[in-house]
Amino acid sequence: MSILINKKTKVITQGITGKTGQFHTEKCQEYANGKNCFVAGVNPKKAGEKIFDIPIYASVKEAAGATGATVSVIYVPPPGAAAAVWEAVEADLDLVICITEGIPVRDMLAVRNKMKAKVAAGGKETLLLGPNCPGLITPDEIKIGIMPGHIHKKGRIGVVSRSGTLTYEAVAQLTDLGLGQTSAVGIGGDPINGLKHIDIMKLFNDDPDTDAVIMIGEIGGPDEAEAATWCKANMKKPIVGFIAGVTAPAGKRMGHAGALISGGADTAEAKLAIMESCGFKVTRNPAEMGKLLKAML
Amino acid sequence: MKIHEYQGKEILRKFGVTTSRGNPAFSVDEAVKVATDLGGQVWVVKAQIHAGGRGKGGGVKVAKSLDEVKQYANQILGMQLVTHQTGPQGRKVKRLLIEDGADIKKEYYLAVLTDRASQKVAMMASSEGGMDIEKVAHDMPEKILKEFVDPIVGMTDKQAENLARGIGVPEASLQQAVALMKNLYRCYMETDASLAEINPLILEGNGNIKALDAKFNFDDNSLYRQPDIAAYRDLDEEDPDEVAASKFDLTYIALDGNIGCLVNGAGLAMATMDTIKLFGAEPANFLDVGGGATTEKVTEAFKIMLKNPAVKGILVNIFGGIMKCDTIAEGVVAAARVVHLKVPLVVRMKGTNEEIGKKILKDSGLPIISADNMAEAAQKIVAAVAH
Repeated sequence: MSILINKKTKVITQGITGKTGQFHTEKCQEYANGKNCFVAGVNPKKAGEKIFDIPIYASVKEAAGATGATVSVIYVPPPGAAAAVWEAVEADLDLVICITEGIPVRDMLAVRNKMKAKVAAGGKETLLLGPNCPGLITPDEIKIGIMPGHIHKKGRIGVVSRSGTLTYEAVAQLTDLGLGQTSAVGIGGDPINGLKHIDIMKLFNDDPDTDAVIMIGEIGGPDEAEAATWCKANMKKPIVGFIAGVTAPAGKRMGHAGALISGGADTAEAKLAIMESCGFKVTRNPAEMGKLLKAML
Repeated sequence: MKIHEYQGKEILRKFGVTTSRGNPAFSVDEAVKVATDLGGQVWVVKAQIHAGGRGKGGGVKVAKSLDEVKQYANQILGMQLVTHQTGPQGRKVKRLLIEDGADIKKEYYLAVLTDRASQKVAMMASSEGGMDIEKVAHDMPEKILKEFVDPIVGMTDKQAENLARGIGVPEASLQQAVALMKNLYRCYMETDASLAEINPLILEGNGNIKALDAKFNFDDNSLYRQPDIAAYRDLDEEDPDEVAASKFDLTYIALDGNIGCLVNGAGLAMATMDTIKLFGAEPANFLDVGGGATTEKVTEAFKIMLKNPAVKGILVNIFGGIMKCDTIAEGVVAAARVVHLKVPLVVRMKGTNEEIGKKILKDSGLPIISADNMAEAAQKIVAAVAH
């Protein structure tokens, strides 16, 4: 098994006709079962056309209706990206993965609150991964996003991280040690996002094929601490934890909009301490994440 | 993006938030003219820099005559103002704000920010205005009141009243405070701010409520649709190297150490800095080259890092995914040649076309030290610099 997606998942690509969308759709199609998974694209101006043999529809709703797709991936540029998320939510998809970097925070605030209001009113819940994330992959089955497929290997370790290249780093260490992954998830570097560490940890905990997890965080925000506290009470599997940004100064945005130390509790040191007290095996050496995990199995 | 206090007050006034009267001045003569035009008997001469703690650092003075306005303007303009936020080198004052004096009966604190945990907009208010709010939060957390606003609904009268009553605004001034809070919320949302802070917000002897200070941060992702806000940008207040880097789509932040780092991805860049520290040295910078690292970008990145005279060695850490290691290797070799690199260079490359990349580095004839993982790379550069 795996979390969130598998080889049977049918995916709609929003922003498929743009440069980034085209580039990554082709790579996703080439990976494992990708040819069968990526079934539709959306662009109201190009409805009826095809790209890489993938039919383009005028709207997400139409694409979902015609293909039975339940997941979408978004490469739409920042000004229209939040609206693209909302379109997928209104079409009652199961999961939306937003790759786009640089979306105005106010737009994400609005769409997140609309999503919550929809669920509160009895509407179907759509999960959101991202924005500003690499996406997620279930090795040898399906890759949705911009990660390099070839570094992954099918196996029994879960990986969750905010950062893209740091996720790849953890995955490559595991693969080099002969440890494959059930799923690797990038939740993104923005302050207002969808699925958080805690949500992904819950899914890995419930997945019978995941034996252990690497959880990677960074400075800024309360998410890692919240996940650690939940894990202390509920997680049945060993966890290796790393937080990037011990050397980051307060008040400076370290690349990611969300990576900004604002109070005392969101420094790397504070998060490492909480994770350690919650039973994580914590490392300050990111080159050792894989080795540490192997020692715990 | 940060702006100056006087610019923040211009924005507040546009949204119906009452502020003290005043105007900016860029010279001593202008300061006296602004004070003369304002009239009255008391003026405040305030240094305009993008850092807090200006009063304590000697950047805010109360003048009781036009001669004093001139004297203080002379003192403050051009001074190297040191506050807890500027670092020991301080910041040169190039702009002043001249304001009329205020009859302060009571000082409050008011701020709006985006709360990540609740994904709502938080308005915070306190009866302990004029003080360092982090100290209040630490010593008397019960003195900070919060209302969480759903952006779909907007701020309600009830929420504003809760805050105004909670911090002890007198009944006669309550409606004024409620209106001000709602206007401040609207201002925060419509300008795509990420922080709006008024400290202090004051109650005057005559019962009026007004903003005596204004601090704003704006969401960089939204500046494309906020041309009026973007026009407030003051490049004098920003690090020139960070500005130069941003023109090449590089994210650069200068730090205090002596090892320059060039990495792709923000998380990996921070992790690389941390690894350098773990092995006993300090990073000289954060530098994320992002996705498409062309030879031109890598060369610019090297130039920017090497402008810092403290840099005694460079560590390149690249995880090649979509961006291939051979492309990066070519960029690194070209950059090292262009800048006539004289400090040790350690390169760690992993991912797509790793072996071709390593061969390019080896065949270049340059003294590039190769490493297989992040820890080894950090140890090698730390050793090379110490040597």
